[in-house]
Amino acid sequence: MSAASLDRQNRAMLRKLLTIVVIMAGFGWALVPLYRKICEVTGIAQTRSADSVANSQIDTSRWVTVEFVANNNGSLSWQFEPLKTTLRVHPGELTQVMYRVVNNTGRKVVAQARASYGPVAAAQHFKKVECFCFTSQTFEVAETRQMPVTFMLTPELPRDIDTVTLSYTFFDVTAQAAPPKG
Amino acid sequence: MAQAHTHGKNEHVQGHGDHSHGHGDHHDHHPTGLMRWVKSTNHKDIGTLYLWFSFIMLLSGGALALIIRAELFQPGIQVVNPEVFNGLTTMHGLIMVFGAIMPAFVGFANWLVPMQIGAPDMAFPRMNNWSFWLLPPAAILLVGSFFVPGGATGSGWTLYPPLYIQNGIAADMTIFAVHILGASSIMGSINIITTILNMRAPGMTLMKMPLFIWTWLITAYLLIAVMPVLAGAVTMLLTDRHFGTNFFNAAGGGDPTMFMHVFWFFGHPEVYIMILPAFGIVSQIVPAFSRKPLFGYSSMVYATASIAILSFIVWGHHMFTVGMPVTAQLFFMLATMLISVPTGVKVFNWVATMWKGELTFETPMLWAVGFIALFTIGGFSGLVCSMTPIDVSIHNTYYVVAHFHYVLFSGALYSIFGGVYFWLPKFTGNMYDEKLGKWHFWLTTISFNITFFPQHFLGLAGMVRRYADYPLQFAEWNMWSSIGAFILGPSQLLFLYIVLKCIKGGQKAAQKQWEGADSLEWTHLPSPAPYHSFETPPVLR
Repeated sequence: MSAASLDRQNRAMLRKLLTIVVIMAGFGWALVPLYRKICEVTGIAQTRSADSVANSQIDTSRWVTVEFVANNNGSLSWQFEPLKTTLRVHPGELTQVMYRVVNNTGRKVVAQARASYGPVAAAQHFKKVECFCFTSQTFEVAETRQMPVTFMLTPELPRDIDTVTLSYTFFDVTAQAAPPKG
Repeated sequence: MAQAHTHGKNEHVQGHGDHSHGHGDHHDHHPTGLMRWVKSTNHKDIGTLYLWFSFIMLLSGGALALIIRAELFQPGIQVVNPEVFNGLTTMHGLIMVFGAIMPAFVGFANWLVPMQIGAPDMAFPRMNNWSFWLLPPAAILLVGSFFVPGGATGSGWTLYPPLYIQNGIAADMTIFAVHILGASSIMGSINIITTILNMRAPGMTLMKMPLFIWTWLITAYLLIAVMPVLAGAVTMLLTDRHFGTNFFNAAGGGDPTMFMHVFWFFGHPEVYIMILPAFGIVSQIVPAFSRKPLFGYSSMVYATASIAILSFIVWGHHMFTVGMPVTAQLFFMLATMLISVPTGVKVFNWVATMWKGELTFETPMLWAVGFIALFTIGGFSGLVCSMTPIDVSIHNTYYVVAHFHYVLFSGALYSIFGGVYFWLPKFTGNMYDEKLGKWHFWLTTISFNITFFPQHFLGLAGMVRRYADYPLQFAEWNMWSSIGAFILGPSQLLFLYIVLKCIKGGQKAAQKQWEGADSLEWTHLPSPAPYHSFETPPVLR
């Protein structure tokens, strides 16, 4: 084989391999929407939008203790707390609780709350009809605001779960102040 | 000289006893001194650069590990504060993975691929030069990050957000270092694939290639498939830090768990990138000292390919505790266990190669046998980790630390040491000091086991990794682990001495120094191998 034709072959191979590199780079970025789609379809991390709740039978045969937790993230050190820290409910029962924020940071804050649940197995049975965590909110200086969460535990909640924790974390998004994605 | 030599050899690849040496009449024209190395496009020079770079990184990463072990010698905080400790574990991991293990294998590939397939050089010599010289700037960025405000990044080599995003400027330096290392790996891989596929000597069919070539071909494909994904992941970290994106920022609707998925999609093939070439080296050494052909050559090739393909679908086993659905846990658990089948085939084949062979135990063989024994321990502890219910309890403990040091130190690094001893006679033309080589092996093996075996116990007892301090009940095994480490580290200086001594002189090596070695560099090229290998292709039967 002549040197020139080998050179041509090598260059052709270089182009093919670079194509693989470009495709895989694209794949890496494509994992982002793919991940979001999978979470959406499978209902994992369904914490950011309102759930629709079908009219369901209240399971009065058992009680579940729901614990309410409030956290602040990073630099956001303001007063954030649930008015009630625990509540006993029946699965299938629509319940409303209140959280309170006191903006004692001395500045106007745009903040976004995120919910998480414990134990993990309870997450898909925790339905929020109304929540202050669905959108980011603006708090004026020294403003105090009470915010409702309306939720229901589905009657399908596994029977071995007798305590569910609903935890909110407030993030300071003043810097971004753009509507959240996802 | 080299040409005349290769022309003349027309006989079967396996059999001839010509012991001619490579002090040729033909002197090559190339720049001397420093510029020889800076401008070199010669595959052997670049291979040498890679190997030295890797060794310097091994010592640097090892020094960090010794500081870690000094801190963990006793409970409490004695040597470094916890922030520095986090930086040490992070940089130890990054430096060893990207600086020591990977470049060492690329160094071997540079030296051996053209020689073993009968090619004059790599396909793209200038790109080869560039892919090496990208490494030192990346290393400077990594090591230099210890000295910037905030210190080295402390979120572990996996760079997990949100902690990673909160690091100081060191985080950006690390991201750029990973970009550069990724570019270097991709270029190196393209070079290796093209050389192997296009430049084999006539008659060197794919299924006649030495196993080292096969494993590197497959490794190179893995690299070009996953390095771009890692580059994407760290770019997302960078834009989250500086450009207001929210890929991983929960406040903005992002999800830190997504980083784990993207990272480990790269990360699991990456761990096979670090072990497949090791399989290749061991598959060269074991037959040579058993004086038998490799048992089950084609099953070795298929096993390597299966391991590579499976590596893309098991990443979830690194994150069983993240809260994934049971179905996903089951899938990742079973897929992971499946990998032990082709890996078991390999271990079986190595043992079967030794079975009834005329075994001798020169230093390279010691490392290869040590590899088989200790890597298998690491493989078994990997199987333990793969079981979801067990992993939930040992995740992020020292059990995992022990597991991956058994596969990476006594796996990847043992094969590198074995490979260096095996090919040093071919590289330098001189024999290394056999007695010192054996000392190096035994010192390393004994102290390695003192260092890492107790970490299994620590992990099972619940000691969590990446902490500068620990409760009192873990004190005794940590003491043993630190004692082992302080023998293990200095023992590697003996290796430096042996290599330098071998380069300077010693007993002249024969062309076919190892009786049972049968690849082209032993059968067709003198020792030391000439500057240009096969300007005319060798004639194979």
